[in-house]
Amino acid sequence: MLSGTRARGVQPLRQRRVRPRIWIPDFYGSAVGKKAVMAVTGIVLLGFVLVHMLGNLHLYEGAEKMNWYGEYLREIGEPILPRTGLLWIVRSVLILAFALHIHAAYSLTVMNRQSRKTKYQGGRDYIAANYAARTMRWSGVIVGLFVIYHLMDLTWGMGGADFTKGEPYQNVVASLSRWPIAGVYIVANLLLGMHIYHGAWSLFQSLGWSHPRFNHWRRVFAAAFAAIIVIGNVSFPIAVLTGIVE
Amino acid sequence: MSTLNLTLKVWRQAGPNDPGRFEVYEANGINEDMSFLEMLDVVNERLIAENKEPIAFDHDCREGICGSCGMVINGVPHGPKKLTTTCQLHMRNFKDGDTIVVEPWRATAFPVIKDLVVDRSAFDKIIQAGGYITAPTGAARDANSILIPKQIADQAFDAAACIGCGACVAACPNGAAQLFTAAKIAHLNLLPQGQPERWSRTVAMVDTMEEYFGSCTNYAECEAVCPKGISIEFIAKMNRDYLKAKFKDRRAVVKVDMTEAAG
Repeated sequence: MLSGTRARGVQPLRQRRVRPRIWIPDFYGSAVGKKAVMAVTGIVLLGFVLVHMLGNLHLYEGAEKMNWYGEYLREIGEPILPRTGLLWIVRSVLILAFALHIHAAYSLTVMNRQSRKTKYQGGRDYIAANYAARTMRWSGVIVGLFVIYHLMDLTWGMGGADFTKGEPYQNVVASLSRWPIAGVYIVANLLLGMHIYHGAWSLFQSLGWSHPRFNHWRRVFAAAFAAIIVIGNVSFPIAVLTGIVE
Repeated sequence: MSTLNLTLKVWRQAGPNDPGRFEVYEANGINEDMSFLEMLDVVNERLIAENKEPIAFDHDCREGICGSCGMVINGVPHGPKKLTTTCQLHMRNFKDGDTIVVEPWRATAFPVIKDLVVDRSAFDKIIQAGGYITAPTGAARDANSILIPKQIADQAFDAAACIGCGACVAACPNGAAQLFTAAKIAHLNLLPQGQPERWSRTVAMVDTMEEYFGSCTNYAECEAVCPKGISIEFIAKMNRDYLKAKFKDRRAVVKVDMTEAAG
């Protein structure tokens, strides 16, 4: 290597961090720490996405069961907690997880752009990285925007379809029977599947969960998780469009 | 023995501040048993005979073990053959009439010095931060006086195979040096001799790496181009040691801060 032979050395891109005494900001200040936070918040969000999909299967049991399930989510934890108490605790955790996941992704992306300012002028070949891995930023941004739309549509009733608070079954059917909207739901869930396909594998690496005993299962786990979520979630708009649920 | 007629598109850049551009050269009558560097030698001989500036590139041992050579050939660091450095890439891997695009490593931490030569001294900074062990001086100890399980010795050896060529950084779209740093950390952290500084080493080397390079998005492109086949399992191990270091042995981490402040 060439150091010592040249008067002008390579300058660091970034200042050496002054390490805070408190370990949480210290840890989050490093890129390896941010990736670990992305992995942990990713696990929280994976858990949510799975429970959300499983809960929505009540749609196939008819209006009464589905609407009861919506009400049950508000009542759960009573009387130890006030009504919607647990729901708001879970929502707070999810909002925090979302915020950290997005902030870490954003700041790491900025760091990575700085670290490779000049692209390959003659083009480059990808050998190992699959399409899902290379499009994480895009699938993440699109799924994030979709989540906001989804909340407007089926939580706040601002999506343009007939909406009655407390009647999720009717709201879902009213929204998803508009085929362009159903198309948006299907595309967004396919992108979510791609995001999970890389993310659910990548989190093992970020947290250092690596062992020859189970490493070959990490890819299987990520693919299966993505497939289960996509199949479950995409079935809802298809069921409404084909009249299986009406 | 057959010969090849090739068209080369080579990145030419007079110095660090020159914008640089591709130039096209005809490389005719190339022996297929030549290495890629020997092919460039032939092209350079002809350029010199025409009184033109030869193509600058790094090289040293030409045996695939020093880590000096390296260029991006047709969009892949070290070219199309797996587990092979540029000097060990033979021209029989190309076909007659091929056009070959040759470009230097691209990373902000690896500025181009000239043509295909980049400054990799940022790697030295990472090594300086913790790529050493403390050992008592004096007479050399007997070999094998410290017992090491075979599997651990093998793993440490796999990590120590890293030659520091920088292909991992060149292949990474984020310009990240995780594979290099992980290999250098692992080959010491695995062995008994590396235990005293295990946690402070990991923190110091990772933090230095992050001053110069990008972060890991787990694409595994680095592993695919590494001429020594270093596995990304070492990156997972580095992440685990870094996370552990933040919880374990706080004193060692604080001590590093103090020595840095004193130095």
